Amino acid sequence: MSSTVPSTSTTPETGTARVKRGMAEQLKGGVIMDVVNAEQAKIAEDAGAVAVMALERVPADIRKDGGVARMSDPNMIEEIIGAVSIPVMAKSRIGHFVEAQVLQSLGVDYIDESEVLTPADEVNHSDKWAFTTPFVCGATNLGEALRRIAEGAAMIRSKGEAGTGNVVEAVRHLRQIKNEIAKLRGFDNNELYAAAKELRAPYELVKEVSELGKLPVVLFSAGGVATPADAALMRQLGAEGVFVGSGIFKSGDPAKRAAAIVKATTFYDDPKVIADASRNLGEAMVGINCDTLPEEQRYANRGW
Amino acid sequence: MSPLSTPTVGVLALQGDVREHLIALAAADALARPVRRPEELAEVDGLVIPGGESTTMSKLAVVFGMLEPLRERVRAGMPVYGTCAGMIMLADKLLDGREDQETLGGIDMIVRRNAFGRQNESFEASVEMAGIEGGPVEGVFIRAPWVESVGAAAEVVATYDGHTVAVRQGNVLATSFHPELTGDHRVHAYFVDMVRAAQ
Repeated sequence: MSSTVPSTSTTPETGTARVKRGMAEQLKGGVIMDVVNAEQAKIAEDAGAVAVMALERVPADIRKDGGVARMSDPNMIEEIIGAVSIPVMAKSRIGHFVEAQVLQSLGVDYIDESEVLTPADEVNHSDKWAFTTPFVCGATNLGEALRRIAEGAAMIRSKGEAGTGNVVEAVRHLRQIKNEIAKLRGFDNNELYAAAKELRAPYELVKEVSELGKLPVVLFSAGGVATPADAALMRQLGAEGVFVGSGIFKSGDPAKRAAAIVKATTFYDDPKVIADASRNLGEAMVGINCDTLPEEQRYANRGW
Repeated sequence: MSPLSTPTVGVLALQGDVREHLIALAAADALARPVRRPEELAEVDGLVIPGGESTTMSKLAVVFGMLEPLRERVRAGMPVYGTCAGMIMLADKLLDGREDQETLGGIDMIVRRNAFGRQNESFEASVEMAGIEGGPVEGVFIRAPWVESVGAAAEVVATYDGHTVAVRQGNVLATSFHPELTGDHRVHAYFVDMVRAAQ
């Protein structure tokens, strides 16, 4: 090495907001896929997933099985971490900060404090600032998104209605968030205080969103994406990337569908590419009509 | 009025933090635009390969017929700057990648993917970079690669903790870290100057 090369070794800072939020920036334009074992994780990586979400049961099965849904077995998460080279995420229950501590100790790259699992606390979400591992949280509207960010979430996703194969709720949540951001854009300083009160979110964050015209963290879509066109729809509605849960491994040909959803997510504004990606994918997951879902089975109502 | 020309600089927009690079390039007086197709690539004077997931980017480059056009432009001397996953894409040789992972090459270096560790090991630190005036840059390292070794033609321009984290070879520049996430546009300005010099 030449002696003129500057050499630095200042003390590194880990777990900063920039490093946590920056990680989500790297996932943009990509697809994050739910997987329940190492084999599925490899299929997802082969298909071009930017990350996988390790969980014991995909949401469609959690719905079917009922009972309490919890953090996955550490063995299963470690197997998946060992099987792929892309980032691995895992879910903790809402407010279950010990599950989150366990996930952090396992070395997962992102923790999803998820309404898909049964909430452990009916009042409080986890204090996410206390962790080195970044968190993603679901939101149905802007106020909810900003409350999660205030708690330390470094990435937001729509909640959608996971495990239904029905994109209608994700569309509702994303439109809601985008519309509320657009409204803030038009507010002057006098109005932002009242807006913060109405949104039940910290004034500083409300002001930041008003100035940026977007969330201060990356916004993905989740819940009900089952086809390449669904993924492209979410991106055209403003999602910066897409989570796909049951939609891939509950379909007829997961490898092919996974690759197709990756393509459609990159070329979300090119109907020809989406058409090509949509050909001969075999059966999509059957899906559930959200109108017929009883209120207590709606995951989007969990969290506040 | 700036006496300098305004080159058109693309950002490879298959996946990754494209938006942040577009903003940084615009701040550095380039005409910045996303590039996803060969015909878009043909219109730019220089290209940034952003941070992202390198396996995804590589796969999409193959699927959408971008790999060869990109390699041709790099071989023909188009200035290219890669951050993180972009550094991986510009490595002639890759360690800890997927077996089928294609890179464009461009710098005679061996890059180790995710060398600094997983997300919990991701960090920020000040980094002195040769050619960048005004003090160290803020290095944001996210599941970052490092450079194991470089060939004779490649010049190490920054190291951190004994590891090579920035390299330049002719018109090709690569950093392990993400200046696009910092709001400090000096590295982008340096690259835009490289693009101007090549015009």
